[in-house]
Amino acid sequence: MTQLKNIFATRWGIIGVGAFIGIVASLLQKWGNPGNMGICVACFERDIAGAVGFHRVAVVQYLRPEIIGFVLGSLIAAYIFKEFRPRVGSAPIVRFVLGVFAMIGALIFLGCPWRALLRFAGGDGNAMFGLLGLIGGIWIGTRFLKSGYNLGRTEKTYTSVGWMLPLIMVGFLVLMLIFPQIQGEAKSGILFYSVKGPGSMHAPLILSLVVGLSIGFLAQRSRFCTMGSFRDLILFREAHLFSGLAALAVFAFITNLIVGQFHPSFAGQPVAHTMGIWNFGGMVLAGLAFCLAGGCPGRQLFLAGEGDGDAAVFVLGMIVGAGFSHNFGLASSPTGVGPHGIAAVIVGMLVCLFIGFTMRKK
Amino acid sequence: MTTTVDARGFSCPQPVLMTLDGIKKVDKGEIVILVDTDTSKENVSRAAKSQGWQVKDVLEEGGGYRVTISKEQ
Repeated sequence: MTQLKNIFATRWGIIGVGAFIGIVASLLQKWGNPGNMGICVACFERDIAGAVGFHRVAVVQYLRPEIIGFVLGSLIAAYIFKEFRPRVGSAPIVRFVLGVFAMIGALIFLGCPWRALLRFAGGDGNAMFGLLGLIGGIWIGTRFLKSGYNLGRTEKTYTSVGWMLPLIMVGFLVLMLIFPQIQGEAKSGILFYSVKGPGSMHAPLILSLVVGLSIGFLAQRSRFCTMGSFRDLILFREAHLFSGLAALAVFAFITNLIVGQFHPSFAGQPVAHTMGIWNFGGMVLAGLAFCLAGGCPGRQLFLAGEGDGDAAVFVLGMIVGAGFSHNFGLASSPTGVGPHGIAAVIVGMLVCLFIGFTMRKK
Repeated sequence: MTTTVDARGFSCPQPVLMTLDGIKKVDKGEIVILVDTDTSKENVSRAAKSQGWQVKDVLEEGGGYRVTISKEQ
């Protein structure tokens, strides 16, 4: 039974999950999602923030069903395999703040680690700077981990605590069904929709949801995590998680080649800018925030699905962070960094370093 | 003598770091690691094996796991 239970957590299991994510992410682009953005947890949470009006940037508003699916797929897997463990209490406010700055950093690069890989697999050379920044940020985080940094222990809690984020996601789904997109309209009931730009580009709802649920299920079983991939390599020379990440990139690349989505260049890439230093800098901030919070944005969604209330707080921090990013002019656009993006990287780094240096136990 | 590492309530990579610390301290013998998630159980077992230790026993205990690792000589 133990063997059966852990099949996705084996080396081949996690490679299979990475390959699956790479293939379907590339196909989601074919089915309607924006270029090199088959899946991007940061961008999609930003679109959710727009859909509910936390920011009012007209081109990035859509209640992305993939995110809903990630949380609910993980919840289903956790229940089937008896791994749903409601827990909370490991410095939630710090996780919220880390979520805010993780999002700010990711939106300066224009993508989460998953999208950094997908951009690279689609031929976007700028993604290289983002990936290097991500590794740099995680490396800084591992220095803190080695010197005793941790956010403290969680406590077991009521089942309903673990259900909060999944229920929020169910609520989002219900809102989408009550107020579906109307062709050419920027609003349907209380929800905002994009009529042009990346927010208007999406695969059919049911397809996005099914893919999201499948990935959520598989990622919960395999513990897939992009931040953990690099962290474990740096800390322990352990390549288990990394093999999943590599499979994602390789299979997304192969699928892109097959469906004609591989276009190598630096300039003119979809939803990307060419300012190398800030592609790098944004992801140093995001990588450090992910590392201090114990997971990439995708992993935080899967953890929230299996009952981790602290990961849920990180997710909410990211959604609120998207509001700050766009309302304060921190997020980048295809023309380059926003008017206050650079200041935000500096402030974010100072906040993360403060957290890292002051939350250490020897 | 058995060393016990209580990693309950910590999420990764803390349980692994604590296990590796324990391994450094005792060098050989037996270490019991208490964890409360399946992920930690798997990660701790993998880390122990990578250090040349054997996973002797995994017991369910109090909603979590009691992982016993050992190394002779």
